[in-house]
Amino acid sequence: MTGRRIMAAEDIRRATIRISHEIVEKHAGTDGLVLVGIQRRGVPLAHRIAEAIREHEGAAIPVGALDITFYRDDLSLVAQQPIVKGTEIGFDINGTTIVLVDDVLYTGRTIRAAMDALIDYGRPQAIRLAVLVDRGHRELPIRADHVGKNVPTSREEVVKVALEETDGEDAVEIERRPGTTGGGAVA
Amino acid sequence: MSTGADRPQGAIPAPVHWAHRHLLDVDALTRPEIDLVMRTTDEMRDVLARPIPKVPALRGVAVTILFYEASTRTRVSFEVAAKNLSADVVNIAAASSSVSKGESLVDTVRTIEALGADMLVMRHPASGAPYLAAEVFGGSVLNGGDGWHAHPSQALLDLYTIRSRLPGGSLEGRKIVILGDVLHSRVARSNVWTLTAMGADLWICGPTTLLRGFEAWAAHGAAGRRFTVTSDVDAALRDADVVMALRIQKERMASGLLPSLREYAARYGLTKARLRAANPDCVVMHPGPMNEGVEIAADVAVDPRSVITTQVTNGVAVRMALLYLLAGARHAEGGS
Repeated sequence: MTGRRIMAAEDIRRATIRISHEIVEKHAGTDGLVLVGIQRRGVPLAHRIAEAIREHEGAAIPVGALDITFYRDDLSLVAQQPIVKGTEIGFDINGTTIVLVDDVLYTGRTIRAAMDALIDYGRPQAIRLAVLVDRGHRELPIRADHVGKNVPTSREEVVKVALEETDGEDAVEIERRPGTTGGGAVA
Repeated sequence: MSTGADRPQGAIPAPVHWAHRHLLDVDALTRPEIDLVMRTTDEMRDVLARPIPKVPALRGVAVTILFYEASTRTRVSFEVAAKNLSADVVNIAAASSSVSKGESLVDTVRTIEALGADMLVMRHPASGAPYLAAEVFGGSVLNGGDGWHAHPSQALLDLYTIRSRLPGGSLEGRKIVILGDVLHSRVARSNVWTLTAMGADLWICGPTTLLRGFEAWAAHGAAGRRFTVTSDVDAALRDADVVMALRIQKERMASGLLPSLREYAARYGLTKARLRAANPDCVVMHPGPMNEGVEIAADVAVDPRSVITTQVTNGVAVRMALLYLLAGARHAEGGS
């Protein structure tokens, strides 16, 4: 990690716990509540939130993983097919309240794809969205219900999230995109 | 819906760059590329297990399926695969097209491209025909079987099926037997490449008249690969982990290669008695269509060890993976 650090491990831990409380408060309990992390870094975040809910509510929340590769709207723009990382939703989503979890909310296109993917699995009662970082620049009418940190950015910047489970450390950094053309990346 | 526990491989290996625009034969694929196809096929199997087995990955992509030879499973399998990825599919049977008026392959391919096709799946009785098509077609060509030469999607689905049946998903050192009419078999030729590339101890077995050319291949063309050619069926089947019976291709059988089908069935047919020499949980395969009672006994085809119907199901997932990977390469070369 080489950029400017905007969240350290402790900030990420606090944000995750706050989000877990917000989710339970908004849902008025944990009945019918499930978490679905978006591959890759949304998945460990979803597990952390579920663990925090287990600690303060004593309830085990089902956690799934969602790969949105097949639902992207930019397949014709990328240089080669993205590697598919796997969807694992081992429970029935019909009638549940799903909280989608991702690391960074940017254009909103990933979330649009994730909602399309989820609806192929059934009809949830509601879909909500929790993200660690909201960096703005939405291209679709999508907003997050639970946000760890709002970070104003320019399109020439990249927000990098590292998590212990996938990258060996917890940190959020911001850096300039080398040779930037603006937009493009789904994040 | 998948837990990952039933999968041959554990951790996600490093991403591989997929640079192929066409799939003409498996000899062009490296081992990491074959692994990428297998991994992508796992994901496609998950898609097939969903309540709605359809994803929008190839929305707006036009796939034309052009078959100059009779086929049920391969043609329908490609069609189902393309539709599961939301592609638009056009089917052309050569017999009912302008081909019957004498149009050349090159002209047919140019016409198909002018009609807006992005991907062309073709089967042709002449070995090499898809290579010619790939020279003139602006999109991707997938070989659905050409003459005696190659049938790459079948070899990859066979490999996928074998991996899912062997403990740990590894073919390394496993004895795999291809039994039957290898001379006329594009399936056998493509399988030789993939199975030896994955480290299998491959045996090719059949009557001497149907092994022509394979001895030379085994002796000179297979450096570092284990590859034995024999007409001794008992030696071939001894302790085998996988046996793949091939169809006796009556329509390609020039007189004199076999005395009679009955003699073939008696000397080389895959029966329960012969299978006793193999490993007790030997996997039985057949690419279809079968001549039951000739190359494979009817009771062997439906034996619990037989994965013949699994091969068909896996065929859809493998072809979805191939269409998906090739579609990306097409965009890459076309500069979006």
